[in-house]
Amino acid sequence: MKTDVLIIGAGGAGLTSALTAHENGATIKIITKEYPTRAQTSMAQGGINAVLEDNNGDSIQSHIQNTLKSAHGLGDEEAINLLCTKAPDAIQWLDSIGVSFSRTQDKKIAQRRLGGASAPRACYAQDYTGLKVLHTLYDKTIQKNIEILNERYLLEILTQNNSTYGVKVLNIRSGEIEEHYAKSVIIATGGYSRVYDKHTTNSSASTGDGIAVALKAGALVSDMEFIQFHPTALKNSSILISESARGAGGYILNSKGERFTDELLPRDEVARAIHNEMLQGEDIFLDIRHLGEEFIDKELPQERKLAKLYENIDPVYDLIPIKPVAHYTMGGIDVDRYSATNIKGLYAVGECANQKVHGANRLGGNSLLELIVFGKEAGKNSALYARTINYFKQEESLSNELNINKQPTIDFYKIKEEVGDIFYKDVSIIRDKKSLQLTLDKIEKFIQDSENMGITDNSKIYNTNLIEFLEFKNILTISKFILLGAINRDESRGAHFRSDAPTQNKLFDKHIIIDKNGEVQ
Amino acid sequence: MKITIQRETPQEFEIQDIDNITLLSLLKHIKTTQDNSLTFNSGCRSSVCGSCSMRVNGKEILACNYKVQDGDFIEPLKNLPLLRDLVVDMENISVKNKQATAWLSSITQNISLSQEDAKINELQSDCILCASCYSACPVFSVNEEFIGPFSLTRVWKYVSDKRQNNDKEMIETIQTNGIWSCTLCNECTLVCPQNISSKADIEKLRSQSAMAGYSDPAFNSFGSFGFDGTPVF
Repeated sequence: MKTDVLIIGAGGAGLTSALTAHENGATIKIITKEYPTRAQTSMAQGGINAVLEDNNGDSIQSHIQNTLKSAHGLGDEEAINLLCTKAPDAIQWLDSIGVSFSRTQDKKIAQRRLGGASAPRACYAQDYTGLKVLHTLYDKTIQKNIEILNERYLLEILTQNNSTYGVKVLNIRSGEIEEHYAKSVIIATGGYSRVYDKHTTNSSASTGDGIAVALKAGALVSDMEFIQFHPTALKNSSILISESARGAGGYILNSKGERFTDELLPRDEVARAIHNEMLQGEDIFLDIRHLGEEFIDKELPQERKLAKLYENIDPVYDLIPIKPVAHYTMGGIDVDRYSATNIKGLYAVGECANQKVHGANRLGGNSLLELIVFGKEAGKNSALYARTINYFKQEESLSNELNINKQPTIDFYKIKEEVGDIFYKDVSIIRDKKSLQLTLDKIEKFIQDSENMGITDNSKIYNTNLIEFLEFKNILTISKFILLGAINRDESRGAHFRSDAPTQNKLFDKHIIIDKNGEVQ
Repeated sequence: MKITIQRETPQEFEIQDIDNITLLSLLKHIKTTQDNSLTFNSGCRSSVCGSCSMRVNGKEILACNYKVQDGDFIEPLKNLPLLRDLVVDMENISVKNKQATAWLSSITQNISLSQEDAKINELQSDCILCASCYSACPVFSVNEEFIGPFSLTRVWKYVSDKRQNNDKEMIETIQTNGIWSCTLCNECTLVCPQNISSKADIEKLRSQSAMAGYSDPAFNSFGSFGFDGTPVF
C-alpha cells in the first residue's frame, strides 16, 4: 500500500496531477469516493479559457487583466500569470490526448465569449466541455496503468512532525478502514457548495471533504467566504440553466412580468438584482418564449428537457421559475505557488484548493483551466518532492473504530437541510454581520448536538447512510469556516456582499487565512 | 403512490402526497424519511455523471431522468456484480475500456480537425459511462469476455479520430470478443440516455475491419455472407 504520490480525488485536477506525476517518474495511486467520471468536472459546460493566437483580437495580457479584475484585488499576480501563460499549452495537451473540442470553419478549436472576458477565448466541446475533458483524461489514466481505487472515503490525512505520510480511508464496499502510505499526498476533492444543500447546482458529492480533513491535519484554509452564486437555476431543483439562455436573448422577469436588470451583467450583479427582488416577495422567471421553438430545440435542448422534467413547464410556452444558487467555491485549502500546503508533502489542487487565481470572484472558463494548469504543477511538484524522501513511514496506528452513534435522537438529514436553508437565507448573496453571527451560534449548537446524531443503518457493506453522515459532519466544519471568513471581512468585495459594509475597503486587500482552531492568521 | 424496490427481497414503499417527480427525488425522499438503509447512488441530477442508472419495469433508465409512476418496479442494473440494493460494482468499466485499448495511442501534434472531422465522433464522446447498455446487452450472459457496447463505442470514437495514427492495433484488438460477438440486437441503442447507438458504431467498426482484411470468425470461409446479407471476405 505504498506509492510515491497518493492522489485523493479523481476529477479533472486529480487525473491531471496523476498523469503529470507519472510522467515525472513517480509511482501513483488515486483514491476516490465515487468513480472518476462521476466528478463535478463532468458538469462544467461553458468552456476552458486560453488565448490560442496572440494578436488576433485577444492577448494573454488581456486574459491576465480580465482575471485580475474579476478577482477584485485578491488575485495572486504570479499565479494568474502562470495560469494564463500556460493556458495555450494546456489546450494543446488536451487536444493531443483526444478531447473532442468543437471546431471552426477554418479548422481551429472553437472559442466563445463568456462573462467578464474581453474576447471569445473559452474553448468548448458543445455543452459538454467538462464531460469530454474528464473522460479523455480518464482514458489516458487507464492507458498509463495508473491504479485507481474507487469508492473509498477520506477519513484522515496521516501526519507526523508536520509532514504527511499517507491517508486513512473507509472502503465503502467492505466497510473496512484502510491506510495508504505515500511520500506525498495531493488533495483534489472538489468544492463545498453542498453546504447550501438543495440550493446549489453542484453534485451531491461536493461536500468539501478534503478541506475539512486537511484542516484537522493542521492545514490552513483561506478566502472561504467567497462563494459564487449562479443567477439562473431552476427554482425547485437548483438545476443549472446555462448562461447561454441569457446570452441568446432571454429575459429575467418578476411576478409582475417586468424586467428589472440588464440580463448580461456579470453573474454576481445579476444574482444580487434577483436576490433584492426576491426579498420583496417577488417570484422570478426566465423568459425565452420569444426565441421560438425551433431556436430553443436547436440551441437549448437540455434546458427545455430539464425544465419539463423538474418544473413541469415547457419553456416554449411558459415562464421558467428560477432562483440564484451556490455554484462555485473560491476559497479552500491555502496553498503556495507550488500548490503546496503548510504541511510538508501535502499538496492541494482544483476547487478544494485556494490557488488565488479567482480571488473574490471566478471568471467563467477559468476553473477548468485551473484544473489542468495547476493539476500539472501539483503533479510535477509532488513527484519532485517525493524524490527527496528516501523512506516510507509506516505507522501501525490503525484504529478501526469510527465511533458513530447508532442510536441517534436527532435526525441529521433534517439538520443538513436546515443548515442549507439557513445558509441560503443568511450566508448567501447579501449578508450582514448580525445574521452571520447568529448563524455561527446555530452552527456551533449543531456541532454540539452532533453527538446525538448518527446512523440507523447498521450494515458494514456499502453504507450510504454512514457516508452521508460523515459528509454532513464535514459540512458542519466547513460552514463554520465560511462564517468565520464572512464575519471577519467587514467590507463588500466580489461575491461577498455585506449590507452593513457595502463598499470595498483597502484594509481588506488581503486573504483571511484561518487555522483549525478558528484562529485568523 | 406505491413502488416496489428490489432489495434482498422486493420491498414495497408507499409515499403520500408525492406526484410528478423524478425517481431519484423519490428515492432520496424514501431514504431520508422512511428507510435510511435504502442504498443507491446519485450525483449531478442532470444526466451527465452516470451514477443513478438502474432498471424500471425491466428497462434501464437514469433515475434523475425518469418520472416515477405508481406501481413501478425498481431493480439494479444487470450483468454487473450486485453490491447492495440498487448499487452494482462498476469496476468492469475500466476493465473493459482497458481490454478495448480505448484511447489515443500516441500523442499527436498539430493535426487540424475540420468541423466535419469533429462531427464524426461528437455523439460518441457524449457517453457518460452509466453502463445502461452493458446491463441491457444479452451477449454477456453467454460471453463474459465480450468487450461490450460502451467500450466498442469508445473504440469507434478513437479509431475515427483523425488524431489517431495507429488504428490498426485497435482494430486488431476488437476482433476477439469484440465486434463479431455482438448480435446486433440493438438493445444498447434503445436504453442509451445520450442517444448513442453502440450497434451502429459496431457496424462501422465491422466494415472498417473488413476493409483491413478481417472477417467474422463464425463465417471464415471465403465468400460467405454475414447475418445481414453483406459479403464477408
